[in-house]
Amino acid sequence: MMSNINELFGKELKVINMGLDSFGDDLKEQNIKTVQMRWRPPAGGSKKMMSLLSKLK
Amino acid sequence: MVMEKINAANDKALEIILNGQPSLVGIGKCLDVVPGMTEKTLLHAGPPITWDKASGPLRGAMMGALIYEGLAEDEESATKLLESGEITLDPWHHHDGVGPMAGVASASMPVFIIKNETYGNYSYCTLNEGLGKVLRFGAYNKEVIDRLKWMERVLGPLLKEALELHGPMDLKTLIAQMLQMGDEGHNRNKSGTGMFIRAIAPHVAATSFDLQDKIDVLKFMDSNDHFVLNLTMPACKATLDAAKGIPYSTIVTTQARNGTEFGIRVSGIEGGDRWFTAPAEYIDGLYFPGYSQEDANPDIGDSVITETAGIGGFAMATAPAIVQFVGGTPQDAVNYSTSMYEITHGENNVYQIPFLNFRGTATGIDIRKVVETGILPVINTGIAHKDPGVGQVGAGIVRPPMKCYEDALQAFVEMLEKEGLV
Repeated sequence: MMSNINELFGKELKVINMGLDSFGDDLKEQNIKTVQMRWRPPAGGSKKMMSLLSKLK
Repeated sequence: MVMEKINAANDKALEIILNGQPSLVGIGKCLDVVPGMTEKTLLHAGPPITWDKASGPLRGAMMGALIYEGLAEDEESATKLLESGEITLDPWHHHDGVGPMAGVASASMPVFIIKNETYGNYSYCTLNEGLGKVLRFGAYNKEVIDRLKWMERVLGPLLKEALELHGPMDLKTLIAQMLQMGDEGHNRNKSGTGMFIRAIAPHVAATSFDLQDKIDVLKFMDSNDHFVLNLTMPACKATLDAAKGIPYSTIVTTQARNGTEFGIRVSGIEGGDRWFTAPAEYIDGLYFPGYSQEDANPDIGDSVITETAGIGGFAMATAPAIVQFVGGTPQDAVNYSTSMYEITHGENNVYQIPFLNFRGTATGIDIRKVVETGILPVINTGIAHKDPGVGQVGAGIVRPPMKCYEDALQAFVEMLEKEGLV
């Protein structure tokens, strides 16, 4: 297991960052190719809208 | 179970949209051909609005239309008449039509008549006036009124005769070709206008009109890259109207703005007739020299019917040159188009984007997907000056207010609750 991880980090990393931009920004500063995934919680986190949507499923 | 019911309804709505066959079948006088039109009615873009709530460009266009009709002499008498309540203000959408920007139409104006050959329904739209000082941006000086009179006297009747010689014009094929030639059918209509002129020109030459009239008509159409917008819009309207009123469908069949409010209507809610409105947004875009966001009116016009049918902003990837007009980069245009697949029920079978390996444009906006993903439809639009009489000051990108979509979703769920389905 550990050797697999070491092998991974021994190669060029291409990272997809989900969540806070700052994690991806830190990697970019270290010249690691990083793509920021546009993600937001369903219905923008609105409980009311999520409840309405769940009724239709 | 309810999800299957909704999805089946949406399959049906999408099938109707994709099977739509809009054709230009004639040109007539608004009073004679538009259902419910009267001499004292003004049709306008967007959801219903009253004079006191109308923004500058809409007010200017309404005043101008009354002066054009001879119902008022000047700004003062037009205002008085509009304040009196004697004039009926009604959305184009309540009369099977659409109008760009302020979208104001009055009884004497010539209108295009479009038929959805598959389902037999009709739609209507005025003829495009060109750029600069024009009624649709709220201008109403003598130059504007004189042009409208010429359109009524020469342009409309001449094109009517030319169209009779040509026969019905297949607008679906025209739009599909536009998309293959770098137009998206809302803010870029250059190739479509060229194709329209190419098709109609021999018949213009064959009309009974004077040579000078024929020259003037051809020059007028050629001077305006957006001439065909007033055909793509009603083509989309005729296509979408056939999909109105499908029970349990969550597909959007109308999006429209009156310069004060943005409104949407959903196929399966109250027969597709109920408006869900919220204050119109300001447009993020590029301004003509000498103007800035300070000068801008909020979002206005029925032209968002193009996005609702899967072209316009939804097809921006096919029109990379447009970013020089609305801002951003060609990659932004691609991103706008691809993100729209997240919120539609399907893809178009005829309107395709060569750059995306001829993928069909995202078609059939589903209110559930908009609310769940938080991705709002992208709209590619012109910016009107906030004051009447000035005209267009720029172009850019705008989105509908999320409130329209959230309110529609809530109403949809309440409707199902009443029926005991959820």
